[in-house]
Amino acid sequence: MALLDYFRRKNKKTASVAKDRLQIILAHEHSRHGEPDYLPALKRELMEVITKYVHVDQEDISVKLDRDGECDILELNISLPENDLELTAADQR
Amino acid sequence: MSKIIVVTSGKGGVGKTTTSASFATGLALRGNKTVVIDFDVGLRNLDLIMGCERRVVYDFVNVLNGEAKLKQALIKDKQCDNLFVLPASQTRDKDALTQEGVENILNELKEEFDYIICDSPAGIEKGAIMALYFADEAVIVTNPEVSSVRDSDRILGILSAKSKRAVDGLDPIKEHLVITRYSPSRVEIGEMLSVTDVEELLSIPLLGVIPESESVLSASNAGVPVIHDIESRSGQAYADIVDRFLGEKKPMRFLDVEKKGFLQRIFG
Repeated sequence: MALLDYFRRKNKKTASVAKDRLQIILAHEHSRHGEPDYLPALKRELMEVITKYVHVDQEDISVKLDRDGECDILELNISLPENDLELTAADQR
Repeated sequence: MSKIIVVTSGKGGVGKTTTSASFATGLALRGNKTVVIDFDVGLRNLDLIMGCERRVVYDFVNVLNGEAKLKQALIKDKQCDNLFVLPASQTRDKDALTQEGVENILNELKEEFDYIICDSPAGIEKGAIMALYFADEAVIVTNPEVSSVRDSDRILGILSAKSKRAVDGLDPIKEHLVITRYSPSRVEIGEMLSVTDVEELLSIPLLGVIPESESVLSASNAGVPVIHDIESRSGQAYADIVDRFLGEKKPMRFLDVEKKGFLQRIFG
């Protein structure tokens, strides 16, 4: 039987797979903890507005809510394509 | 000073009602005046586990609506003088529980009882929120299994954000982890999350571990909380949990595979 156990041990144990998966998903869910329910809708609408004026892909925009002590910070990060901003701004005039 | 304790888990079928029944019984057996409330409106079950299903006349919602006095709805336990059960209503009305109504009943119970145990329904809907909202302490029932651990984590988030203590900015709810349906032999061969794994993942203090045991089903078949079965491992594990909760130092038991004796090894 000891021989059998030896071969079995080579497979990764399912319990440790479970633990790894849980560690990842819980960390992810904690990072979203405390976000207001409206945040996904806010993100979507912000993106719509931005893409209306600037030619950027969805991936170039990130919206994050951070907390610094008592203060909530909404962080909006847009990677602008070169030259494109002036062009579109000029179009609007 | 009376204490309100919610027994909750997020996920269904992990042993909330079993734990509520035995925990409340244990507190009462040790001389504390205790009431256990079924918050699962629409799916009443605590009465069956406590063995008082045929003595239900009025329920939680009847009291809340002023159709009955609290004293008329409380069912005195057959075996334990200090123990009372407040059964859930079987109404399908989702809005039967109001925050104000629940608060009034809890306040009235506080005058009479040392411990008020709130048996939460599964999920994170209104019933579950009402059960935890006024709690001073929480018993989180978790199986060593992925979905149960994740749901417990979710409930911990809700306790720390949406409970009255959180909203009013008071001291946070004191949390206790109870792991149920634990199988040391499966942990040993790496098929089940260990106690340490679950503790690490949820990072709340461990109150106790209930081993997987046939006696839990037998106890619910009979309508006698398993803590009365002092021969059984799970009954003893629940007794330990109550002692630890009341401040006694008791080492964890039933965490390792039972060593078989010489004769047992031969005859299986």
